[in-house]
Amino acid sequence: MTPRRKRLYALIAIVAGVAVSAAIALKAFNNNMLYFYDPSQVAAGVAPLHKTFRVGGMVTKGSVVRAPGSLEVRFVVTDFQHSVTVSYSGLLPDLFREGQGIIAHGHLKDGMFMADEVLAKHDEKYMPPEVAKSLKPPVARPGAGT
Amino acid sequence: MATWVWFHKLASPPHIYRIAGRLTLLFTVPGVLALIVGLYGGLVTAPADYQQGDSFRIIYVHAPAAWLSLLCYTAMAIAAAVGLVWRMKVAHAFAAATAPIGASFALVCLVSGSLWGRPMWGTWWVWDARLTSQLVLFFLYLGYMALRHSFDDLSRADRASGVLAVIGLVNVPIIHYSVYWWSTLHQGSTVLRAGGPSMPPSMLVPLLLCFFAYTCCYGALVCVRLRAEVLNRERSPNWLSLNA
Repeated sequence: MTPRRKRLYALIAIVAGVAVSAAIALKAFNNNMLYFYDPSQVAAGVAPLHKTFRVGGMVTKGSVVRAPGSLEVRFVVTDFQHSVTVSYSGLLPDLFREGQGIIAHGHLKDGMFMADEVLAKHDEKYMPPEVAKSLKPPVARPGAGT
Repeated sequence: MATWVWFHKLASPPHIYRIAGRLTLLFTVPGVLALIVGLYGGLVTAPADYQQGDSFRIIYVHAPAAWLSLLCYTAMAIAAAVGLVWRMKVAHAFAAATAPIGASFALVCLVSGSLWGRPMWGTWWVWDARLTSQLVLFFLYLGYMALRHSFDDLSRADRASGVLAVIGLVNVPIIHYSVYWWSTLHQGSTVLRAGGPSMPPSMLVPLLLCFFAYTCCYGALVCVRLRAEVLNRERSPNWLSLNA
């Protein structure tokens, strides 16, 4: 074996070793790599009960209820299989609206998700307003926001 | 083997110095033209997005920078591998010339994404898989450059930093697939996705022009930097006068 070939194999071995260990490490931390759980996972009991976590999904149309005279807002987040009611008090991001994907951080209390932070999740679709208007309903696309 | 002559010629510093000099202009002209047309198309003539309004236009800066940060890293790692296996000094010079350019693109990507995230998501930064792996890429560039500078001996610097560059290549597919492997706040790919780009041509064409322009600009920048790198390595009393 020439020295050059030896170096080539050594380098391939290093890359393969690092790739395999990275894959194993990421697999082991798979749950920690998930940024949020969807409502089905909450319903199935996969999401932690006594810890804070994030839940993500679409805001159900017509579910947003604001308490008059305060910032408190309640809405239902769904993945079209299960849904979770979220209670939140604070400023909502610009993209928050019914039919939009959101991610809320908080904890479960008596079946209600008490959020301390709500982020809007944008999907990968872009279009001009005229096109969006001609598509009805404009944003209720299953799969978006997940 | 005659077919490998072009490859062995690449190992010659004077040859690379001349080629890079010629390629600089070849990359600069289409790069600058496409950048002007692409940015004008994206920032002025493309329609606003139905949800994000004009804020979506940051994609014309953000997405090509992200693409280039990955392309630069891949080019740098391949060059470093060639340098390590074939002991080709010019390949190490190429990797060293690429690193600061790639780091700049990674930084542009992180900063522009953060500026977009604040109004759209409601936060400057989150530790999701995509954002975190992109930050790791930026640190890999910085680590590569720092490691090079910690050696006085150039060939030892080449070898040590080369191994780091090759190892870090593992991160590149992780960045690209992070949005599919894990649930992330960051959205999936718009252009490189199954089923074609999810964007109308009026928005997509300027974006593709920007991709092309950024790539050409990288080509031009790396040629200039590579010439400087080769000059610095080969400095001797008469080399420059022989090859200018």
